[in-house]
Amino acid sequence: MAMPAGTPVIEARDLTRVYRRPRTSLTRPGEAVHALKGVSLSVARGERYGIVGESGSGKSTLLRLLCGLDRPTSGSIRFAGQEIVGRRDLRFLRNDLQIVFQDPMSSLDPRMRVRDIVAEPLVAQRLPVGTRVAELLDEVGLPAAAAERYPHQFSGGQRQRIAIARALAPAPKVLVADEAVSALDVSVRGQILNLLADLIDAHGLTLVFVSHDLSVVRHVCESVAVMSEGEIVESGAVDEVWAEPKHPYTRTLLRAVPTLEGLL
Amino acid sequence: MRGRMNAGLIVGGTLVALVVIAALVSFVWTPHDPTLVDAARKLREPGGGYLLGADKFGRDTFSQLMVGARTTLYVGIVAVGIAALIGAPLGMIAGMTPHGWLSELVMRVNDLVFAFPALLLAVMLGAVYGAGTLTAMIAIGVATVPAFARVARAATMQVMVTDYILAARAAGRGRMAIAGRHVLPNIASMLIVQASVSFAIAILAEAALSFLGFGTRPPTPSWGRMLQESQELLFSTPRLALWPGLAIALAVLGFNLLGDGLRDYLDPKLRRIRERTRRSERSGGPTKEGLRGVSEER
Repeated sequence: MAMPAGTPVIEARDLTRVYRRPRTSLTRPGEAVHALKGVSLSVARGERYGIVGESGSGKSTLLRLLCGLDRPTSGSIRFAGQEIVGRRDLRFLRNDLQIVFQDPMSSLDPRMRVRDIVAEPLVAQRLPVGTRVAELLDEVGLPAAAAERYPHQFSGGQRQRIAIARALAPAPKVLVADEAVSALDVSVRGQILNLLADLIDAHGLTLVFVSHDLSVVRHVCESVAVMSEGEIVESGAVDEVWAEPKHPYTRTLLRAVPTLEGLL
Repeated sequence: MRGRMNAGLIVGGTLVALVVIAALVSFVWTPHDPTLVDAARKLREPGGGYLLGADKFGRDTFSQLMVGARTTLYVGIVAVGIAALIGAPLGMIAGMTPHGWLSELVMRVNDLVFAFPALLLAVMLGAVYGAGTLTAMIAIGVATVPAFARVARAATMQVMVTDYILAARAAGRGRMAIAGRHVLPNIASMLIVQASVSFAIAILAEAALSFLGFGTRPPTPSWGRMLQESQELLFSTPRLALWPGLAIALAVLGFNLLGDGLRDYLDPKLRRIRERTRRSERSGGPTKEGLRGVSEER
């Protein structure tokens, strides 16, 4: 594994996560599903780290664990040197790590005004709100008037901008994007990707970008980890993996990227 | 965003409004004193200031109906209030911890109460604590708790799996804040619908209890008791049973229609499905999009 320069912000070791299906028999316990089987990774400060894999490969599970939204069955996760597994007070994590979710239709509360949505991380952490909402909206390219409206009054791309504004609200150090452009129209994907890239440069953020699409990851990230069936099968600099995939699964994934020639 | 006004909403709303207006007006004005017994007016036919006639004690039927609406609404509001204030929080707790022991306990106790007939509970309470409007209201309310708990739990579970709850957790929100700021506003419409339907059931239950003599006590007018008092004259003077019966039926119908109408108007699930269909129609899906792009390239 190529170890990039700089101290790791996120360091995960031997993560496993076992889900148990609801029992279908009185005598036997529910079937166990091994979503993660011993995943280790390390994300350096300022790095743009991509995680690729098909649906069911465990990338969403991994992401939830990294964000402290779920607990691993075993393993350890250190965020900026502090262990987060089993810790109750995750305020430092909530402050420094924010998430942009896949579907902006469901990641914004339909009953809340944009103002309250964007301010939520601030309010939740008792940080001053002040004029922050207007600044954030401006930063993601939305008019200040958007603050008084509801999510359903915006298009998919605009909603994702609102979600990004919310993620930036507490001035995090790490931004985690879960399939952040997959639910969007092809035409606005590029815009949102560029916005993300610009914001990451401007704020010096570390990015963890989860996607099923290697070509999108290549566009945004420097390093990449390829996941399949709960394991990282290959990782390294994104250009190397793209040019010379070593693992058969990566090759399959690469072949799945639609190309113009392929379609013609 | 919201659905269009539908027939159920309009008709139901009108019927409910009529009951509410009758009840409110009865506070300041009724054609006659609804409790004044006057042998001279006994079984007086409709007409001449007595719109719907008078009963066997000479009391004006129309005035009694108006004041009876008051009792009906009073019972409905208190019973539904008890049910909602107990049932909704319990259901939300159960829905937010779907696999915990607390959730199991709440729902099993819920099943227990649900299995107990409301009228039986009311008769029992009446026998122990004395029959009256208050006992009836409490009994109906307690018996309606499970309905609210179930609706609240199901709706909460739907809300809890959405990304905006995850986003709120990632933002650092605690359980109480998530319950109050995200779950409650998003399940409110379902609870309102449930309240409307429960209201109809409460009206019916109060009428039944008053009919049996376990509800509102004389001389306070109540639609159920008007029915009961008209029983012996059912064949000689059927109108005495007809009017309160019609009032009960229309009020129950009104609240049921209002509930159904509100469901169509507010239901977030229906709305989401409608939206999704519209959205997929607009974007046409990723495959078609890609192919279209290619044909344009050519």
